[in-house]
Amino acid sequence: MIKNSLASISDVAIYPIISLVIFVSFFVLLGYFVFKADKKYIKHMEELPLLED
Amino acid sequence: MRLFTKPLLSSYSSDSTGALEGFYYDNKIVKAFIIVTVIFGIVGMLVGLTAALQLIWPVANMDLPYTTFGRIRPLHTNAIVFAFVGNGMFAGIYYSTQRLLKAPMFSPFLSWIHFWGWQAVILSAAISLPLGFTTSKEYAELEWPIDILITLVWVVFAINFIGTLIKRRERHMYVAIWFYIATIVTIALLHIVNSLEIPVSFFKSYSIYAGVQDALVQWWYGHNAVAFFLTTPILGLMYYFLPKAANRPVYSYKLSIIHFWSLIFLYIWAGPHHLLYTSLPDWAQSLGTVFSIMLLAPSWGGMLNGLLTLRGAWDRVSENPVLKFFVVAVTAYGMSTFEGPMLSLKNVNAISHYTDWTIAHVHIGGLGWNGFMTFGMFYYLVPKMWRTNLYSVKLANIHFWLGTLGIIFYALPLYWAGFTQSLMWKEFTKDGFLAYPNFLETVTQILPMYMTRAFGGSLYLTGTLIMAYNLLKTAGSGDFLANEYDEAPALNKKLKIGGTFHSLLERKPVAFTVLAFVAVFVGGAVEFLPTWLISANVPTIASVKPYTPLELEGRDIYIREGCNNCHSQMIRPFRSETERYGEYSKSGEFVYDHPFLWGSKRTGPDLHREGGKYPDAWHYNHMLDPTSMSPGSIMPSYPWLFDDSYNTKDMPAKINAMRTIGVPYEDGYQNDAVADMKNQAQSISNNLADSKIKVEKDKEIIALIAYLQRLGTDIKSDQTAFK
Repeated sequence: MIKNSLASISDVAIYPIISLVIFVSFFVLLGYFVFKADKKYIKHMEELPLLED
Repeated sequence: MRLFTKPLLSSYSSDSTGALEGFYYDNKIVKAFIIVTVIFGIVGMLVGLTAALQLIWPVANMDLPYTTFGRIRPLHTNAIVFAFVGNGMFAGIYYSTQRLLKAPMFSPFLSWIHFWGWQAVILSAAISLPLGFTTSKEYAELEWPIDILITLVWVVFAINFIGTLIKRRERHMYVAIWFYIATIVTIALLHIVNSLEIPVSFFKSYSIYAGVQDALVQWWYGHNAVAFFLTTPILGLMYYFLPKAANRPVYSYKLSIIHFWSLIFLYIWAGPHHLLYTSLPDWAQSLGTVFSIMLLAPSWGGMLNGLLTLRGAWDRVSENPVLKFFVVAVTAYGMSTFEGPMLSLKNVNAISHYTDWTIAHVHIGGLGWNGFMTFGMFYYLVPKMWRTNLYSVKLANIHFWLGTLGIIFYALPLYWAGFTQSLMWKEFTKDGFLAYPNFLETVTQILPMYMTRAFGGSLYLTGTLIMAYNLLKTAGSGDFLANEYDEAPALNKKLKIGGTFHSLLERKPVAFTVLAFVAVFVGGAVEFLPTWLISANVPTIASVKPYTPLELEGRDIYIREGCNNCHSQMIRPFRSETERYGEYSKSGEFVYDHPFLWGSKRTGPDLHREGGKYPDAWHYNHMLDPTSMSPGSIMPSYPWLFDDSYNTKDMPAKINAMRTIGVPYEDGYQNDAVADMKNQAQSISNNLADSKIKVEKDKEIIALIAYLQRLGTDIKSDQTAFK
């Protein structure tokens, strides 16, 4: 029954592939951005909540 | 490629070239939100305690429609979620946003519209829920006019917030601001999609979705209301107030970036874990489970980031009540976000679902994470804004211990109750019969645990009352600073600075908002796409027919009384359930259920196959006095159903509305509906007369009996008649 539901979606196999690609690229890019982040920027951001006192 | 050669999260370089500007932070709006948070917190907890006592002593239902458990329980959840946590979150957001962006709010006028609009929503809820105006969808019970009001108020809040972002003097948006943005965007999306309903009258509407789809949309909403109303904004507050209270920067800002993006990206997919083993297609259940397991990583990343912020400052925790509350709050966050993924495993969920385990789980989050974050924040804010010291650190410590013990006394008995009851439901004798065939036996067994829970709740409430006194005395001894002066260089928006991708985003908060929306939308879309596709693929069952008008009216009474708060209508495919209740539930049986009424908790037995199980007279006596049919029952009595007449006036409009959303009533049937109601009512009245019960055929009890006797009967005679 459920198998039929899924099978009736045309080209259903593409969905998991798209999902995998979106996922892997999302986390790879995120990791890359964070890894490459400027230390001065990070330091500045960390101190923001403590600035006003 | 430039994107990969330059540091991406950079652009720190000094850009403060503008002239120094002086401005005032608005503390009045923060004060207003704090006051209502404390008041509604106490009210919401009192209502919760009342509901807890009703489960032990049904007499506490007071035989009044407005005070029965089915109406009080949604009042409690709405009061805590939207009035207590909501107002508390707004207090913290208004305080921290102004300071992090070095700008007063975009428009004080909009701030006050937001404040009074939100209180109007709460007041409407406090009136309409006890009156029985409800959609039945959990945490989205409010009827359509209030839904529209919520939308308008939320848009005002969004405009004010984004306006402040645009007017800011600090170029970079601190991670707390990101969490607020995600909250604003996602709650708008969730609320609108889940509240799509077709009005029948000013106080009544039907969900445009039916059955399986309605369940999926509802739990996509329900799960993400927890995610984006009770979690992301509070994480934003954690990232601001915890470093401030500890007077040291967050442990790892890099971790907070990963925490943010992965949390909002993953959370939105996990809703189906509320529907494991139901008629929801298996693939959707698995999707929910997989994402729930993955959620453990960002959740614990965030928790550790919070706790490790205190590295080297743990000695201060023992003397600072603010930090004490934060530590327990973040720990509770860690516990419930560990438990959540575990409960999403199908084998664990098979035991936990429909039991008090779920109630214990949400209260670790609600009492521990939300409550304690709010309390800690207020112990920090009130002395600061009133420029004084906390009136009594000792009282704050007493509050802390009462609250902590309250959580323990609340949660532990309910875990025990959940396990005990679930195992009793599933136990078979060695001859293969249910060991506890009478559901009630499994309820009376756990009543001592319900008592302990109520004790825990009262400890927690006492602590909150002590806090209210302490904060009041603190404010009384201080001098409120309504407008706090600060100065910062104007932001030179034209200045080009280093970095590329993220710096571009940070220069353009609107673009950032759009990206956050995309991150949550991807999850929602991928989950919904097949859902909409299966709309044509829910296997229809030839014998499943729309409700008769009288049954429909009875169903509306069932919804009004909140029966779904204690009774599920979803038999899972376990032998222990099919033995007890009958054939397991099929998705095709719910195609005309606007809204779905699967429920999420079995304080009483499942009712999906209730139809035909007992004679009409049994239901009549049971609704009048449940203990007459089930001695020891904790179900309230519903005497008003025997005095009030059901509504026939709206029936043509109801038939028309149902037809509009796809229920195949014939054209023109609305004109015959009332006559059909009366005929069916007459036959039930005759049945009752045979059992020596005299009742007028226009009473609400007749309609309710019609509905209960219909439940699950469509496939009893013809179980395999698939089209």
